[in-house]
Amino acid sequence: MEAAMGLMRRIPPKHTETALSALLSLLPEHSSDLLSQVDQPLQVLCDMESGKEFILCEYNRDADSYRSPWSNKYHPPLEDAPQPSLELRKLEVEANEVFAIYRDHFTDQNTVRYYEGGISSVYMWEDENEGFVACFLIKKDGSKTGHGRRGYLQEGAWDAIHVIEVGPEEEEIVQYCLTSTVMLTLTTDNESSGSFNLSGSIRRQMSMKLSVSEGHLCNMGKMIEEMEGKLRNSLDQVYFGKTNEMVCTLRPPAELVQMKLPDT
Amino acid sequence: MRDRVRTVKKMLEEDEDFLESETQLTDDQKIEIAKWFLLNAPAGEIQYVAKDVRAILKDENIYKKAAEESFPSYNKSHLICLEFPNRSGDVLITSFSEVDKDEYLDPRTAQVARVDHVKQVCKDVRPARDEELPSAFVEEYRSAMDAEIMKYVSETYPKGISSVYCTKGKDVEEPGFDFELVVVISAARHSPQNFCNGSWRSIWNIEFKDEIQSVEVRGEMQVGAHYFEEGNVQLDAKHECKDTTLIQSPDDSAFSLVNIIRHHETEYLASLQTSYLKLPDTTFKDLRRKLPVTRTLFPWHNTAQFSLTRDIEKELGIGK
Repeated sequence: MEAAMGLMRRIPPKHTETALSALLSLLPEHSSDLLSQVDQPLQVLCDMESGKEFILCEYNRDADSYRSPWSNKYHPPLEDAPQPSLELRKLEVEANEVFAIYRDHFTDQNTVRYYEGGISSVYMWEDENEGFVACFLIKKDGSKTGHGRRGYLQEGAWDAIHVIEVGPEEEEIVQYCLTSTVMLTLTTDNESSGSFNLSGSIRRQMSMKLSVSEGHLCNMGKMIEEMEGKLRNSLDQVYFGKTNEMVCTLRPPAELVQMKLPDT
Repeated sequence: MRDRVRTVKKMLEEDEDFLESETQLTDDQKIEIAKWFLLNAPAGEIQYVAKDVRAILKDENIYKKAAEESFPSYNKSHLICLEFPNRSGDVLITSFSEVDKDEYLDPRTAQVARVDHVKQVCKDVRPARDEELPSAFVEEYRSAMDAEIMKYVSETYPKGISSVYCTKGKDVEEPGFDFELVVVISAARHSPQNFCNGSWRSIWNIEFKDEIQSVEVRGEMQVGAHYFEEGNVQLDAKHECKDTTLIQSPDDSAFSLVNIIRHHETEYLASLQTSYLKLPDTTFKDLRRKLPVTRTLFPWHNTAQFSLTRDIEKELGIGK
């Protein structure tokens, strides 16, 4: 298992899917560990009833069917499949609605949209210890042919998975444990500069004890927003920055300055 | 986290029968999978990948076979550099210098290195045979090119290694015939303690075409970088370009060809820097904005307003 995780740290993130299925076939006895520890790019299905797309993951799967957060029905249909309790389903419906706005929606008062497109789904289920677990998923295709507004990307995918374990309420205080993963790949390709691909995946955790007075959704939403901001920043500043630093170590650009001088 | 694992485990329990009934992989399939992992190792990391693959396979024969089949192509495509055992220099492992599966020519010292691909070491060297070296006429062009490139590489790449091979027409003895040289530049940096590895590889095909008295240049540059402290982020960039110049004396040709190479490589580095500069405000924005258009955080405490607005939108038929 340790070796498998070692490989996942080295194989180019754009090949995560292939690498994971290869590991699953080599190590069938570790499949549950692999599936829970290795995040894979998100898949999408269309809800036949609402006509809206929803995201597939381990958390809305039963056998080969996936539950849509919009109609609450399994695709393809499945009898006796697990459902969240009525109360939790109510929160799930609300979370899906609000999260879709967080992702991409207009309101009269202001324009709040982090993603300008994309798909989101939220799933919730009861936990063994009186709490519940919620999984917030966002998938954005930022390529020219997808939802890329600016049209710079030949290929561009951002998949975010946020799993929050919500503990039982104790004197109006609840413990929230958030594990977030972002996977992304972006490629620009043009004749003058060739193809340029950056791909990556990072995972971080965050725990908070919060008062429930504002509601679970508000608490979870704030944590996710903060975490997404942090992940995006560290990818942009730290991770991409480090690869750029490496390029400059291989071939220091100081020469650029000297070369340009005689021309001007 | 533990709960998450438990939940997935529960989901999987139902599938256990399915997993058990799944047919075992054949040895050939295992070899193919192992090779895929080895060949996809980032620059300078194949030994680490090999160690993990070996531990997962738990079968020395399968591992050995996969390693024997993948290391040579990995070493050649990554243009790795091995030191001669007598410390008289280095040899680059490339498809242009391949004399035999385990033998690689170093034209600069006119030696042939015998290598162990899997251990990535040079076992011994022998002087190159006459038929392995180009004619005196071609060698004059090759060595002039080699000297100029060495100068350029030492000025430009702190850890760069270069070599110039004759790949076509090495027996041409006088003007009037075509021949081809290949310039290979390889610069690698491995700092696992900083969770960072990278490589710059360029291959320049230089065709001397006698009939039209011109030299056609085709370049292929590839840059990779891997940063893996608490994550896994990789750069993979490639670029191809073309140019031409006139055939001149060996020294003059070398001088103008190295200028062409310098020009294109400098431009390419600049375009890489531009790609990085554009990231935060253009390219990355198409994936996710740093802040919403309003530049304020999302009003999680007041989400009721949205349901209201959406109800109105629905009624008016303008909602999504």
